Amino acid sequence: MANIQELNSIASQVRRDIIRMVHQCQSGHPGGSLGCTDFMVALYFHIMEHKLPFNMEGHGEDMFFLSNGHISPVWYSVLSRSGYFPTSELATFRHINSRLQGHPTTHEGLPGVRVASGSLGQGLSVAIGAALAKRMNGDDNLVYVLTGDGELEEGQVWEAMMSAAHYKLDNIIVAVDWNGQQIDGPTDLVMSLGDLEAKWKAFGWHVLLMNGNNMEEVVSTLEKAKSLTGNKQPIVILMKTDMGYPIDFMVGSHHWHGIAPNDEQRDKALLQLETTLGDY
Amino acid sequence: MINDFPVTGKKATRDGFGDGLLAAGQQNDQVVALCADLLGSLKMNAFVKSFPERFVQVGVAEANMMGIAAGLATAGKIPYTGTFANFSTGRVYDQIRQSIAYSHKNVKICASHAGLTLGEDGATHQILEDIGMMKMLPGMTVINPCDYNQTKAATLAIAEHYGPVYLRFGRPSWPIFMPDNLPFVIGKGIMMHEGTDVTIIATGHLVAYAMDAIKKLEEQGISAELINIHTIKPLDEEIILDSASKTGCVVTAEEHQRNGGLGDSVAQLLARKMPTPQEYVAVNDSFGESGVPEQLLVKYGLSPENIVTAVNDALKRKEMVGHFG
Repeated sequence: MANIQELNSIASQVRRDIIRMVHQCQSGHPGGSLGCTDFMVALYFHIMEHKLPFNMEGHGEDMFFLSNGHISPVWYSVLSRSGYFPTSELATFRHINSRLQGHPTTHEGLPGVRVASGSLGQGLSVAIGAALAKRMNGDDNLVYVLTGDGELEEGQVWEAMMSAAHYKLDNIIVAVDWNGQQIDGPTDLVMSLGDLEAKWKAFGWHVLLMNGNNMEEVVSTLEKAKSLTGNKQPIVILMKTDMGYPIDFMVGSHHWHGIAPNDEQRDKALLQLETTLGDY
Repeated sequence: MINDFPVTGKKATRDGFGDGLLAAGQQNDQVVALCADLLGSLKMNAFVKSFPERFVQVGVAEANMMGIAAGLATAGKIPYTGTFANFSTGRVYDQIRQSIAYSHKNVKICASHAGLTLGEDGATHQILEDIGMMKMLPGMTVINPCDYNQTKAATLAIAEHYGPVYLRFGRPSWPIFMPDNLPFVIGKGIMMHEGTDVTIIATGHLVAYAMDAIKKLEEQGISAELINIHTIKPLDEEIILDSASKTGCVVTAEEHQRNGGLGDSVAQLLARKMPTPQEYVAVNDSFGESGVPEQLLVKYGLSPENIVTAVNDALKRKEMVGHFG
């Protein structure tokens, strides 16, 4: 059993990292990063089998792909807090000569990143390729992917969904950050996603639902997803989150998709997040 | 000399790809193939038959194919994607840019039916901009072989080269004249005919036409040198500069737009290192149309006669440089 309290405590520190990283460079995407923190912490600190030092090809370990690359702050924090690179490097986020580019990339050799993402809709296809390679290699480990919900407006995602079911790919677990928000407003106004659950089901996927901002539920749903692998069907978790969670003045609004807090807002946000592992 | 390159038969360059892919699969068990519903056109059936477990059919979904290829490469495979040149480049440029080129994935983008010689299907499928798009991507190797043997050799060679490659070939049956035992060295041009008056630099199907032009020029008393440039990026600068310094004028020949093609790469090299009069045999800012390949090559100015004319124009400009120089 996971120690939920311990995971929540890591999540609090990761959220502090996100606020401080985005504040220090006055750019980046705090909203989705904060909303996906519980999922990312559960994945890296409890669910995934992953090894250090980082190996690009990922043989004999689980692999993770971030398709909505703009939530790089949460990924960078989680990677550094799990030992992929020094936490001090978080201070270089979005600065010149940094490995922590605005959107994740392999180009500067940051350990933990296997493909560039940022231009949306590509990560699921790449993850399917990695999952197919694992099948060809007889490697039983899993491939995890996180995508945004606005990102599902990209046609390539539906090509990828169709193909994973066609290949009966049962070593892949996708999570959709279903926060209902995108840059121009609520997804229902910008481009309705409709009955997302029915759509994934119609494309041949096993669908699970969860509250992505409740650590206990995140852990139990991910464990259930793992137990469902190997059944000739891909698995998706539609993860209800709140953009900006749990900062009171950020939560639930698309306003915080891609802007940085000022000094006062940073301080106000940090007061709501306990320091647990120590700031970088 | 071109007499050392006798025509030994006729086959499509895409057949060279299909046979090369099978051989690459036999030589390296990390080679895998993907196709977007064009197995027969790409001549990939032999590979699929021999290695069904190393083949991924993606259907008519080229963007997904490029992403899956990037994922396979991430896990250590050497993926070869197969579809028409149009759907291998323009349709999926951002997928190639982000997931393959910027991510430095070892993906081989294999593109058939490039250029006007696709023929009757017309301009929707006749891409003439692909070399330009692909050579602009940092780290991308761009190869456009000239006949069956060279395409087969290139298909094998790229498996041993780590990094993204764009391999461009075509549909029509075309003369075979390259020796079948010639090793393919990426980035190394091939001197096919030595001459003193002008340098012809040709790539792809137009190498055969350049050989025809050399014979016509000899009848006019013009001694033309011919360089076969199968690798447009990285460009073999040495062979081009050596030749241009000897002949003093250059003609480039390719089945591509003038903008962005081999001619542009050569012009950039010469402008930087050795300003030299240059004429282009290429499509001039135009889409193609339906027709028989040979007719189209004439209509769009890519025939052996067009190469002869371009040589004569280049020679006149060389004389002017001499006059004013």
